[in-house]
Amino acid sequence: MSELVIDRLSKHFSGTRAVADVEVAIDDGELVCLLGPSGCGKSTVLRMIAGFERPTSGRILIDGEDVVALPPDRRPTGMVFQSHALWSHMTVFQNVAFGLKLRRLSRAAIREKVAGVLDLVGLTGFEARYPGQLSGGQQQRVAIARCVVLEPKILLMDEPFSALDAHLRVRLREEVRAIQRRLGLTTIFVTHDQEEALTLADRVVVMRSGTVEQIGSPSAIYAEPATRFVAGFIGTMNIIERQVTGGLAKLGDTRIAVDGPDGIYGFALRPEDLSLGGAWSGEVQRVLDLGAFRMLDVTVSSETIKVQVDKSVRILVGDEIGLDIHEVAAFDGEGRARPARVHGTIESGVRLHA
Amino acid sequence: MTAVPRRLLQMAPGVSLATLLTGFIIVPIAAVFLWAFAEVWRYPSLIPTQWGFRFWAAMLSRADVWAALRTSIALSVIVTLFSALICLPAAYAFARLEFPGKSALLLSFLATQAFPKFGLYIAIASIFFSLGLVGTFAGVVLIQLVNTLLLMIWIPVGAFQAIDRRLEEAARDVGASATRTFLSITLPQAGPAIGAALLLTFVGTFYETEGAFLIGAPHVRTMPVLMISLINNQLVVQYGAVLSVMLWVPSFIALLFARKILSARAIAGGLGA
Repeated sequence: MSELVIDRLSKHFSGTRAVADVEVAIDDGELVCLLGPSGCGKSTVLRMIAGFERPTSGRILIDGEDVVALPPDRRPTGMVFQSHALWSHMTVFQNVAFGLKLRRLSRAAIREKVAGVLDLVGLTGFEARYPGQLSGGQQQRVAIARCVVLEPKILLMDEPFSALDAHLRVRLREEVRAIQRRLGLTTIFVTHDQEEALTLADRVVVMRSGTVEQIGSPSAIYAEPATRFVAGFIGTMNIIERQVTGGLAKLGDTRIAVDGPDGIYGFALRPEDLSLGGAWSGEVQRVLDLGAFRMLDVTVSSETIKVQVDKSVRILVGDEIGLDIHEVAAFDGEGRARPARVHGTIESGVRLHA
Repeated sequence: MTAVPRRLLQMAPGVSLATLLTGFIIVPIAAVFLWAFAEVWRYPSLIPTQWGFRFWAAMLSRADVWAALRTSIALSVIVTLFSALICLPAAYAFARLEFPGKSALLLSFLATQAFPKFGLYIAIASIFFSLGLVGTFAGVVLIQLVNTLLLMIWIPVGAFQAIDRRLEEAARDVGASATRTFLSITLPQAGPAIGAALLLTFVGTFYETEGAFLIGAPHVRTMPVLMISLINNQLVVQYGAVLSVMLWVPSFIALLFARKILSARAIAGGLGA
């Protein structure tokens, strides 16, 4: 329903920098995930938007209006907590109705709205229960209902499903996505689970040590990581360090052309961007059957890398195999991405002196 | 060895402990009750030889007994109320805010209990004397407030600290002011523990003797103070027993009332068990 602009937002806790110059603009109705390891500042950003933490500097604009000076109860945001934070001394109805009562709605209007939102989250008939009488998933639905019923301009979700088991997590994730789309809620979703971020978000903001590493669509984050950190954090990635001399590096028998100065580079290879049949040979250490495909641990050039192969391929531990590289990404000494491509094998090109 | 004696052996410590506790707790209470309704009870009878309400009539016909009962109840209610008004916000501040000297200040409340009470009372009494508070109801209220500080701060501090902060944040988030959050979320969440603290304060004030005696005498006489003077003047066991039973009634009612709203577990939880 609204746009959110985070402008050079910083937060220092007694000297240490928790969040530094974060800039994100979120469109109306968009769902953006803040993704990063614990302690990267993603929850602090969310808590600053909600008003529970005061920024050291920067602005938070909701529909163009700076809300930094407003206390949490005066902000048009609604937050769903990881611990769901339901009030255990109130029934489901009272929990959901609390915010409506503060807005001085009539009893009839409150009853109608609560019934509507409980229907939305599939909890009709649970009005008189206390939170202690509900399962973890039901409690989180109540927490979502409590937020959504107030029609916030910005919905904030702080790792809302991390306390739930895997099946329930996936189901609730889909339900939240459906509700968010239906109501057109501008949403920020904080998670450390990259799978959750990639499946849920319109755009992902990858954070590390209080700063933004990359902002992009899930497919862009996966396919074109902007930094070495993002490459390592999203999905499975093999990262091998090599010297680049004269714009070229060598991975086994494969030559990689890099557009950048000489130095030590990190080369990132997805397990699915490697195939069998090349000249980069190694010994299979482990075979992991993952149902749809197999994941191999292969020792090549004294490093262990992961290779994804089709489930029909018959390979045993101890087999000698050769690998072929299809795609590669390169990161310079500062971890920034540099254009790189496979330049052919040594046999097919000019022989290099190793 | 057969199974039965072994089981008896295993039960022995529990059984003897229960017997011991019964002996120490039930027997004195029973004796007080018996004495309260005994008119003649001479050695070696196990129970009174003549029952009756003669001493009850004698006690209840005395105006000073009724006055003392009124004083005690008024004192306990007022002290509990003031103590709650002063201590609950303070306890919340201790639990939620960071300020310099916090732990030292919190420990200082313990210090008032660590002192020999009588010494503290004498010192306070001398100050009260110069302020003209000795022998006044207000003076007794003040001295009792000192007594209640520890319980009314420490128990609620623990209770407030135990409340997940996110519960309060969630309330602020849906639009509740800080005050509204405290009243609608924090207080009910801490309710059982605060109830326990209020109850203990009420009962403690009702029975407190030393402070009430030192500051209140001779004009303000609470029930326990009256009991002392009655026993000092003429040692009639029945007077003491009747007064004990009368004193026991208000706290018993308070406990019954508490049982209705608090489970035993909540009281234990409030006390940090």
